[in-house]
Amino acid sequence: MSLRLYVPRDAGALAVGADEVATALSVAAQRRNVAVEIVRNGSHGLFWLEPLVEVVTPGGRIAYGPATVADADSLLEAALNNAGPHALRLGPTAEIPFLKRQTRLTFARCGLTDPLSLADYRAHGGYKGLEKALAKTQAAIIEDVTQSGLRGRGGAGFPTGIKWKTVADAAAPQKYIVCNADEGDSGTFADRMIMEGDPFVLIEGMTIAGIAVGATKGFIYIRSEYPHAVATILAAIGIARREHLLGTGVAGSAYDFDIEIRVGAGAYVCGEETALLDSLEGKRGMVRAKPPLPAHHGLFARPTVVNNVISLASVPTILSHGADAYREFGMGRSRGTMPIQLAGNVKYGGLFETAFGPTLGELVDEIGGGTASGRPVRAVQVGGPLGAYFPRALFDTPFDYEAFAARDGLIGHGGIVVFDDTVDMAKQARFAMEFCAIESCGKCTPCRIGSTRGTEVIDKILRDEARDANLALLTDLCATLKFGSLCALGGFTPYPVMSAVNHFPEDFGPRPSLAAAE
Amino acid sequence: MQRAPWNRDRAQAIIDEHKHLDGAALPMLHALQHEFGHIAEEALPLIAHTLNLTRAEVHGIVTFYHDFRREPAGRHVLKLCRAEACQSRGGEALAAHAKARLKLDWHDTDAIGSVTLEPVFCLGLCACAPAAMLDGRVIGRLDRARLDNLLDEAGR
Ligand SMILES: Cc1cc2nc3c(=O)[nH]c(=O)nc-3n(C[C@H](O)[C@H](O)[C@H](O)COP(=O)(O)O)c2cc1C
Ligand code: SF4
Ligand code: FES
Repeated sequence: MSLRLYVPRDAGALAVGADEVATALSVAAQRRNVAVEIVRNGSHGLFWLEPLVEVVTPGGRIAYGPATVADADSLLEAALNNAGPHALRLGPTAEIPFLKRQTRLTFARCGLTDPLSLADYRAHGGYKGLEKALAKTQAAIIEDVTQSGLRGRGGAGFPTGIKWKTVADAAAPQKYIVCNADEGDSGTFADRMIMEGDPFVLIEGMTIAGIAVGATKGFIYIRSEYPHAVATILAAIGIARREHLLGTGVAGSAYDFDIEIRVGAGAYVCGEETALLDSLEGKRGMVRAKPPLPAHHGLFARPTVVNNVISLASVPTILSHGADAYREFGMGRSRGTMPIQLAGNVKYGGLFETAFGPTLGELVDEIGGGTASGRPVRAVQVGGPLGAYFPRALFDTPFDYEAFAARDGLIGHGGIVVFDDTVDMAKQARFAMEFCAIESCGKCTPCRIGSTRGTEVIDKILRDEARDANLALLTDLCATLKFGSLCALGGFTPYPVMSAVNHFPEDFGPRPSLAAAE
Repeated sequence: MQRAPWNRDRAQAIIDEHKHLDGAALPMLHALQHEFGHIAEEALPLIAHTLNLTRAEVHGIVTFYHDFRREPAGRHVLKLCRAEACQSRGGEALAAHAKARLKLDWHDTDAIGSVTLEPVFCLGLCACAPAAMLDGRVIGRLDRARLDNLLDEAGR
């Protein structure tokens, strides 16, 4: 039996040299004249250890990392020595604490398998969900999804089962499943990891959705910043078609379902579901007024399910293990698991799938290990560019939709970006306004114009020009944005801005009350 | 990246290849930009005619999206991430360094046409920040030395 190694093909691993390491390993093997099979897997999501090289042994996989080209020779030697000692040896992959502490349901296979091997996918429980679904009525599939408590993982947290039922109940000659893979939030990469590391789970989830609501066609709208995800999904769709898992008579059933992909063009607002639909139709990505809901009047005016990648990729596990098994995890109205993404200035950056409920402090300090710079954590932004900045004082907030909302924040798509004490929160507030100005679709005046005014007002505050009046103006402006915007781009930009002002007032200069007290 | 010079027949062929798609405009524009490096003014009436849109509508679509270029880019396109996770790891200072060394602002191309500098808002590499992309190649854990190597490469 030849030696088998795993070196990820995930863009996050490629970005730190995984291709070069894989090549160096195979060159080293040729030089020694030993047969080595290098499998290019998805990433386990332990990005501080990428490129992570794994060696297959009878006792399981042994991890080494972060590997460089210079390590290739000695790594191969260690691998040949029964996965023996090496300065980079981390022990059994499954025992790495960051991985061991997780509850991997949606990401069960990610990192373990060859993403484009259907055999590998099936060997690890793939297509069991579809098999179960095909034995049920459409209504029973939707009931399972409803019972699981799954809520949209794209940000808004809307119950997935209810959305599906609305589309199922709408009569129309054509319905669509649209997968939102626009993943524009800074600090998030869960969609990218699934598309690159386990693409069949998304295809399976979309297929189940199509069968459940009576849609025969699906689209995946992937952002152009993700060329590797586009390539992997395209390849997986080709394989699924050849194996009759897409097309007419899916998996030998009476249902037809096929998927096409479309690539975005660098507009953040196209992640908003109605702007996304306009963009899919080949138009400018303008936000539509709701109602009508996409579930009634969606793509090409047909009933359409729009779901995030992770929502759809969670469906196979719900169907195969049962709604109750999923629902058992979590707290309050946040059921199941969430792939939390630890990013930015964090020691252990990566993807951590867990039941809802750990506190922000546990996630940042214990799981994330604090900052990468070694300096104190000062602020974390949760939920992307429209999410609030949290100070340490709020680190007792549990990771749960309602708990974050109660503290004027949001969990969004599950991204946590960590900042150390060198951060200037006024600058972060200014960036939030600037980002809104750059990405506004232009439909509402407060968002289009107000955001630019916002950056100017913050500049004045920073220059100490009529600070109190301008702080009051900024607060007013945020209220206008909040209540005068059609979508959350304008509506939620006040979250990062006002959280910075309220939790970190010292960065906006001395306040009147403080100045008076001095 | 080598780009083909404008060719009306080739452009029309690309447009025809995509016209049957649902929502054909974006796939069409991506394919045209891939071939020619940018969306030339001459392409707009061809698209408009094929999709039965007005030229103004096509103009509106092209200008809405940050990805579509109206002017040729340099031989290399360097995208630096400006979003929050990269900011937290010193991305801004790296961007300032790149701008100073290239003597360029965002979206500009140098005089000899070797490199275009673009901002990007997140590449999904936020756990390996700061991040960049050079001609479609992803780069993480960027620091001054790695950036200088990229700039040397892009300058060629
Ligand atoms: C400005 C803006 C950007 C958004 N970006 C995304 C995105 O990139 N991905 C996503 O799934 N949802 C995004 N959303 C949320 C979508 O509008 C929508 O709620 C979601 O796709 C529904 O799917 P879900 O129920 O499975 O979460 C965004 C919303 C807004 C307002
Ligand atoms: S809030 Fe901004 S992005 Fe949203 S619809 Fe209005 S203008 Fe467009
Ligand atoms: S914020 Fe820079 S890669 Fe995500």
